[in-house]
Amino acid sequence: MPDMTILWPAILNGVTTGALYALIALGLTLIYGVLHIINFAHGALLMVGLYAVYFLWRFLGLDPYVSLLIVPPAMFALGYALQRGLITRAAHGRDENILLVTLGLSIILENLALMAFSSDTRTVDTAYGFSTLDVLGAFVPLPKVVAFGGAVATALALWVFMARTDLGRAIRAVAKERKGAQLVGIDVNHVYAMSFGIGVGVLGIAACLLMPSYYVTPTVGHGFVLIAFTIVVLGGMGSFVGALIGGIIIGVVEALGGLFLGESLGQIGIFVIFILILLLRPQGLLGRAQ
Amino acid sequence: MRTLALLVAIFAALAVLPIGLRSDFWLNAVMLALFSALIGQSWNIAGGYAGQFSFGHALFFGLGGYAVAVLQVHLGINPWLGMAVGGALGAGAGAALGWLTFRYGLRGSYFALVTLAFAEVFRILANSVPFTGAGEGILIPLDPHPAMLQFRALSGYYWLLLGLTFACFLTVWWLERSRLGAQMQAVRDNEDAAAAVGVDAFTVKLKAMALSGLFMGLAGVFYTQRYLYLDPGLAFGPAQSVEALLVAIVGGIGTLFGPLLGAFALHLLAEAAQGVLGDVPGANMVIYGTVLVAMVLFLPRGLTSLRQGGRRRRRRRTKDA
Repeated sequence: MPDMTILWPAILNGVTTGALYALIALGLTLIYGVLHIINFAHGALLMVGLYAVYFLWRFLGLDPYVSLLIVPPAMFALGYALQRGLITRAAHGRDENILLVTLGLSIILENLALMAFSSDTRTVDTAYGFSTLDVLGAFVPLPKVVAFGGAVATALALWVFMARTDLGRAIRAVAKERKGAQLVGIDVNHVYAMSFGIGVGVLGIAACLLMPSYYVTPTVGHGFVLIAFTIVVLGGMGSFVGALIGGIIIGVVEALGGLFLGESLGQIGIFVIFILILLLRPQGLLGRAQ
Repeated sequence: MRTLALLVAIFAALAVLPIGLRSDFWLNAVMLALFSALIGQSWNIAGGYAGQFSFGHALFFGLGGYAVAVLQVHLGINPWLGMAVGGALGAGAGAALGWLTFRYGLRGSYFALVTLAFAEVFRILANSVPFTGAGEGILIPLDPHPAMLQFRALSGYYWLLLGLTFACFLTVWWLERSRLGAQMQAVRDNEDAAAAVGVDAFTVKLKAMALSGLFMGLAGVFYTQRYLYLDPGLAFGPAQSVEALLVAIVGGIGTLFGPLLGAFALHLLAEAAQGVLGDVPGANMVIYGTVLVAMVLFLPRGLTSLRQGGRRRRRRRTKDA
């Protein structure tokens, strides 16, 4: 058993990484909770966001945190258009078709990126990229602290939005009872597209917060997509607080797994959790049984 | 019987192909398409006939491949025997995965995610344990004798693959006319209704997964012997899973000739694209992805639905009801 001087930084690293995972999972859980579809292209869309942040920095010299003003709205528009123009049309009333269409979309996006940008790993250089913050004796990279704060703030903002605004209420109504919502005059297709757009927009926030401490390649989304699914399933599909808690749990499990089992085998803990939760408690920790 | 005659005629024509065809380039191109047809048909058994959409068929593929490689390299066991083990392992894994997931009532998207996660677990395991050669992969020593399941001429591999593919297609032909096949389709179209008339849905789905895993495992054995090399990404990565479901969907899921049609159509398209675009990395996959999206959008029943006989239309009507 390693002592706290090794354990504490690993846990802290897990918590901050986990918050970022949670941010990525927030969009996925919103899309699932409302549309009841699994968006397989989530990782590829994150990749699109990361490239956007990278090129804004590379050609316009924009700091990734300044890109928060540009990338999330652009991603929102992309998500809205994708839902209205493609995904609704492809469904033909079967969940499997949506899985397939979003899988196809992710293949297209990733390989277009490969054709256009090659498989080179790209990073941004910022003045604060290597700054650290002392948290009770452990040094945490500053970008990760910012990302942690951003993730918590985004989860809270989403929660307030869903609870307090008209659109939030409409989204919840559609999620609960589609036909009933339609009968009282809610434009269901618009609500669907708004939900998908917001989910993808949150990915834009994640991309801006992730880029200072991470990198981008055409397949960067792969590593995140199963992790994000795990978090969504763990927290309960459609639950924001669940996603935040689930993300932090997964981050810590990954960090401790890496510490005890090594970099490669350490990842296995995540998938074991995923499989166990799906088998034993598919409604998740905070979800209600169907 | 007409279907069987057509099937035999197609495979007989394919069997004499290496005698007429002098160019290894074209023979290899046909082999790649045949291989896709084999994994597509394997997927089709579970996905098309029994309605269980798996995103992780690479699991069975990798198990078969590693079985033949590890037994051969570390224990000196003859690869023909390894092939039997690989197929059995694929079938066993299919049944085990089915037992785990169906027992808990996982359906649709949940089932797809669990299969994907299992393939990923095995990719990580293969990457971490020593006897698979970990990340560097496992190399089978060159020994080109038919007794060692290695061939000097490409045609040897071609006929081996053709034999496996024919066995798989013949199984599906039998399935279409058998009680089990009818039960699988009943479970696919409406599980509750099937159960109500006395079909043991759990066992039927299990058998479908086992059969599907069997042929996917054999495909893994073939792949490993053909290239004499396997690594975790090739074995358990998403590429084989995606290709398997793609050819079945493009051709027409739940149809006997669908995967064959889909495989040749996709490879023809890929060849043509390469001719036009040259060797741009990723270009092939962009086309595959576009074809997948276009198929789901405009032709969700696949290429075979373009010439719908009365039998198909009847089946479709019962499905929509």
